[in-house]
Amino acid sequence: MREITLTVNGARHVLEVEPRDLLVHVLRERLSLTGTNVGCDTSSCGACTVLLDGVSAKSCTVLGVQADGAEITTIEGLASAGDLHPVQQAFHDHHALQCGFCTPGMVMAGVSLIDGGEATDRDAIRAGLEGNLCRCTGYHNIVEAVAEAAGVAS
Amino acid sequence: MSATETRHIGTPLKRKEDDPLLRGRGTYVDNFDLPGTVVMTVVRSPYAHARITSIDTTAAKAAPGVVAVFTGADLRDDWKAAMPCAWPVTEDMKSPEHYPLAVSEVHYQGDGVAVVIADTRAHAIDAAELVDVDYEVLDAVVGVEAAAQAGGTLVHEELGTNVCYVWPLESGAFDEGADVIVKHRYVQPPLIPNAIEPRGVVARPEPGGDVTLWSATQVPHILRLLTAATLGMPETKLRVIAPDVGGGFGSKLDVYAEELLAVALARRLGTPVKWIEERSENALATIHGRDFVTTLELAATKEGKITALRANVVASMGAYLQLVTPGIPLLGAWIYAGPYAIPNYSVTFTGVFTNTTPTDAYRGAGRPEATYVLERTMDLLALELGMDRIELRRKNFITEFPATIASGLTIDNGDYHASLDRLLENLRLDELEAEQQARRDRGDVKQIGIGFSTYNEMCGLAPSRILGAIRYAAGGWETATIRCLPTGTFQVVTGTSPHGQGHETAWSQIVADQLGCDPSEVEVLHGDTSISPYGLDTYGSRSLPVGGAALWSAGEKIIEKAREIVAHQLEVSAEDLDYASGTFTVKGSPDKEMTIKGAAWAAFAAHNLPDGMEPNLEATATYDPPNFSWPGGAHAAVVEVDTETGDARLIRYVAIDDVGTVVNPLIVDGQVHGGITQGIATALYEEAIYDEDGNLANGTLAMYLVPSAAELPSYELDRTESKATDHPFGAKGVGETGTIAAAPAVINAVIDALAHLGVTDIQMPATPERVWRAIEEAKQ
Repeated sequence: MREITLTVNGARHVLEVEPRDLLVHVLRERLSLTGTNVGCDTSSCGACTVLLDGVSAKSCTVLGVQADGAEITTIEGLASAGDLHPVQQAFHDHHALQCGFCTPGMVMAGVSLIDGGEATDRDAIRAGLEGNLCRCTGYHNIVEAVAEAAGVAS
Repeated sequence: MSATETRHIGTPLKRKEDDPLLRGRGTYVDNFDLPGTVVMTVVRSPYAHARITSIDTTAAKAAPGVVAVFTGADLRDDWKAAMPCAWPVTEDMKSPEHYPLAVSEVHYQGDGVAVVIADTRAHAIDAAELVDVDYEVLDAVVGVEAAAQAGGTLVHEELGTNVCYVWPLESGAFDEGADVIVKHRYVQPPLIPNAIEPRGVVARPEPGGDVTLWSATQVPHILRLLTAATLGMPETKLRVIAPDVGGGFGSKLDVYAEELLAVALARRLGTPVKWIEERSENALATIHGRDFVTTLELAATKEGKITALRANVVASMGAYLQLVTPGIPLLGAWIYAGPYAIPNYSVTFTGVFTNTTPTDAYRGAGRPEATYVLERTMDLLALELGMDRIELRRKNFITEFPATIASGLTIDNGDYHASLDRLLENLRLDELEAEQQARRDRGDVKQIGIGFSTYNEMCGLAPSRILGAIRYAAGGWETATIRCLPTGTFQVVTGTSPHGQGHETAWSQIVADQLGCDPSEVEVLHGDTSISPYGLDTYGSRSLPVGGAALWSAGEKIIEKAREIVAHQLEVSAEDLDYASGTFTVKGSPDKEMTIKGAAWAAFAAHNLPDGMEPNLEATATYDPPNFSWPGGAHAAVVEVDTETGDARLIRYVAIDDVGTVVNPLIVDGQVHGGITQGIATALYEEAIYDEDGNLANGTLAMYLVPSAAELPSYELDRTESKATDHPFGAKGVGETGTIAAAPAVINAVIDALAHLGVTDIQMPATPERVWRAIEEAKQ
C-alpha cells in the first residue's frame, strides 16, 4: 500500500492505495464519487474523463499513485452552488444526452477543449472529442452544445 | 382525440431527466454500494467449442478474499428450468439445453463455466485466474452458410443438425418469366451493440426469502417473470428494479445468465451479490445482432413495375437461444417489400446454430436486415432497367391507405412520395450531381456518391393476437396509471422502462395537455416491479405507440370520472359539460366551470360525490394495439471516397422521417440522430470478426470501431407527417427508424461514388480495404 494525497473538487484526501488501483477506482470506490463512469477496459470510451491539474484525462489510464499530489475535478465538482456549469447547461439546452452514461466524461472533455482554446469550430470540436464515445446521440447535439458553450457561431 | 387543446405536445420541452445525469448523480447499477456486498466474476471459456474434462477450484477457493467458488455442476440443481427462450417460432424448432453455467460442454468463446465470489472486485478477478479448467477442444462452426450445410461439424451434437428452424412466408408465386430479374447475395455481419454502460446486476436477499434485483435492463417486468420461473420462485418473492440504465439498443432486452446467477447466489450466500460486466466481456457475453446472409430476388416489368420478391435468409442464432433469438428474423418478415406494392411475395428464414455469441435484438432487429437488402436491390434493379433509381422507387410506392400488403399486414397510413419530395428539396440533388460529374471529369482522387433509402417499418410491438399467432409466448399490450393527487399534481406509473428515451418528459407533456396542467406538475414512475406491477417494457419502438396510448386511455378514464363529479357538484347533467385543457365548462354558462384539479380534490375529500362513486380520481388503462406502428421516410447519404486509400466518409446526411404526431421534437430528433449513427456505423465501421476457430478477434473498443464524433457529419433532419390512424393521437414509433434507413443509404452512396469505375457491390462494413479491393477488382 502507498499513501497518496489527492485534492478532489477542492477537498484534500490522504489515502492508502494499492499500487495497481486506477484513479477511476480510487474516485469511485474510495471517495464515493460515482459520477465518473467506467465504460471500457481499453481507455477507448472516455466515460471516465476527469480534469487532472486542469486538463482532461481518462481516469482509467492513470494509476492512483501517479495522481499523487494532483488536483482533480470530477463531474460532481463542476457546478457551482446550484447552477450548472455552462457546458452542463448547454448539454441540457441542446438535448446532448440521452442515457447519460457517457455524459460526465463528455462534459469534462468539452470543458477541457474550451478551456484549452481548442473548441474553435465544429470540426475542431469533433476532432477534440474523438476519445469520447456516445452510443445514443450520434454526437450531433453534443457538438452543438460544446459549440454554444465555446461561443462558436451556429 | 378528445376535446383537448394541444399546448405541450409538439413542443421541444427540455428533458426532466437531465439534471441528475449532468451532475453525476445517475443511479447506474455500478454505483450501488450496499452493505455486505460481495462481488461475482464469471470464469469464461477461452474456446468456442470444447468439452469440459475437469475443473479444479482448490487454489481459487484459497485465494485472498474469496467467499465461494461454484462450477456449473455445483449450481445445476438451483435451476428449476432452463434459460428462457420466449419465441419458439415453429413447432419443431430445435432448442439446445442452456443453463447459466455450462456443465459439460462450452459452445462459444465466453460461455460461463464457473463463478468466483469475493470481497472485492480485484480479489474476485485475481481468484478467477486460479480456476483451473481442462478442456478438450472441439472443431468450431463459424459462418452461417457453413453451419447450414448438412454433414459438417455440429454445434450441438444432441440436436443432430445445426438448423434451428425453417420458417416460410409465401403469398403468390415468384414470377420466373418476368422481363427483368435481379438476384443478389448480401452478407450482414454480426454486430456488437455496445451500450456505453456495460451490463450489471446487484441482487440483495430480503427477509422471508425475497430478493431485490437491480439490473441494467430494458425489461424489468419480463426479467422478473422469467427469473422467477427459472429459479422456481413465486413472482411475489422477487422485485426487479431498473435504475438509470446506460443505453440498451436491444442488448439489455434479455434474461442473462448473470442475472440468474446473482439471484441464486444472493439466496445461497445471504448477502448482496454484485456483478459488473467488463467491456471486453461484454463483447463476448452480451448478445450480438444481425449475422444474416440473404439472397434477394426482384422480378419486374421492363417499365419498372415490380411484380415479385423472393428472399432466402440464413440467420445465425449463435450458440444458444436467448430470450427472442429465433424471432428476430421474423420481425422483418413482413417488410421485405418495404414501401413498395409488390403483389407476389415470399420470404424463407433458416435459423442456424454457430459457435459464436448468441444473437438477439439489436436496434431494428430484423427490419434493418430486410430494408438493407431491399434498398440495395432497388439500386441494382434500376441499373438493370436503365432507369433512374428515384423514378423506380416512385413507380412502386404504395399510395393508398390503409394498404394491405402481400405479406398479409395492413399499413394504416403513410405518404412515401411526400417524404421523398421533401428529401429531394432539402438535398439539392442537382448541385450534388454537378459536383459529382465535375470530379469524375477531372479524375479526382476523391469522388462523391449519393445514396438513397426509402423505407418503412413495422414497430410498436405489438398486437397480442398477432404475437400469439406467430408463437411469441407473451402479449404486446402496455399499461399506465394516472393518479390525480389532491393538491393538484399528477402521478403517472408506466409499464415502459426508459433507458435514455425521455419518457418522464414526454409522458408529462401528454398528461399536461390532456388533463390541463404544467408538465412540471407530473411525476412519472417506472422501472420497478413493486411500483408498476404490470408492464411489458421498452423495445421495438413500442413505448409511445403502445405505452403512450395506454397513458392516453388512462387520461380519458380520468376525464370521464371527473365529468361525473363536476356535473354532480355543479348540478348539471354530464352532457351539458364541455371539456378542454383540464377545465369543464357548462354549455351556455361559460362562467360556471371546474377543473380536473378541482375534481381531484373533490374526489379526495369525498364529501359530495355522486351516490355509489368511489373516492379518489385515479385510473389505470391497459392498451393492446390494434395494429403495428408504421413509420416511414426517405434518407440520403452523401459520401466522399478516396479512390487511392478506399477511405469513405460521410459529408452530408439528409433524413426525412414520418413518425406521425411528434410529442417532443427535441427527443425525436435525438432518437433519429442516434439511430442514423448506428446505421452509418453498420455500413462503414462495425463487424464482429471471428476466426475459423470461433475466436472473437476484435472484442474490445480498441479493436471494434464504434465511431466517434470525428468520423461523423452533422445531420440534416426534417419531417413529413401522416398521422397513425390506429393510434389515439396519431403517433408512430421512432427509436429504430434511423438505423433501419441509414445503412443501405450509405452503402448505396459508396457504390454510387465508384459507379463510373464499374463498381456495383461492396460488402459492409465498407472498410478502406474492402472499398480499395472493389476498385481494384473493377479495374480487372
